[in-house]
Amino acid sequence: MAQINGRIAPEADGRTVAELLEQMGYERARVACELNGEILPRAEFDARRLTAEDALEVVRFVGGG
Amino acid sequence: MAGEGDAERGGAVAGDALPDALERRIGREARECLRAARIGIAGAGGLGSNIAVMLARSGVGELVVADFDVVDEDNLNRQHYFREHLGRPKVEALAEQLRSIGAGTRVRTLRTRVTAENVRGIFGGCDIVCEAFDDPEAKALLVEELLTLPEGPVLVAGNGMAGAGPACEIVTRRVSRRFYVCGDGASDVGAVGALFAPRVALCAAQQALLAVRVVLGLEGP
Repeated sequence: MAQINGRIAPEADGRTVAELLEQMGYERARVACELNGEILPRAEFDARRLTAEDALEVVRFVGGG
Repeated sequence: MAGEGDAERGGAVAGDALPDALERRIGREARECLRAARIGIAGAGGLGSNIAVMLARSGVGELVVADFDVVDEDNLNRQHYFREHLGRPKVEALAEQLRSIGAGTRVRTLRTRVTAENVRGIFGGCDIVCEAFDDPEAKALLVEELLTLPEGPVLVAGNGMAGAGPACEIVTRRVSRRFYVCGDGASDVGAVGALFAPRVALCAAQQALLAVRVVLGLEGP
């Protein structure tokens, strides 16, 4: 099963990254996604579907600096 | 590039004093590693100004600092500026302070807004980039543009330092080979409101320490 932020996520299989972000309530302009250790460009969020072998790491940025 | 300056000028005299003392304090090997490093700082606000000061004190050879803003009264509660800097471009006021430290750091300043178009040109040649913006969309943009660059810099982002939460919530996390994030990961200044000097400096210190550790080869492959 796919993993999101180190957690096994049965709901993620077959879903696109964009769909998962929406489900998590994350704004796509404020996240960085690493898929299997490589950064996933925002332009690929809509097309890339997660498979059972995928590990997705989502960093959600907040304001302040 | 707009507003580009080279703060190296006039810094040679002040830069002669500290190096011997610095080498006595940190050792020759660390001194040489740090002197050979080029580190970018994206944003010269609460995080960036403090990171820059700490890295200059550590003897980093070259700093590339980009920021479009000027010093405002509201900045003085946490950013490394003083009353005499009010109204001046942050990169200029910061470069002046870095020269005063006298560790011989070359400071390249860019008074510009970092965009998708110019980010790789500004920071692509750095060994490490410390992300120090306040806007979350700008943070995400910088991370994506630099991490999609093959063999690009190691990125150390700041994420979550608003409010007066406990120090232990501010942590450094390695996300992937070239990507580290420091902060509590949650406190948004838009929601929390307040920013306190110690907590902002804690996050800045973690970013600066991580950069030093990467330069010294103390972080894993």
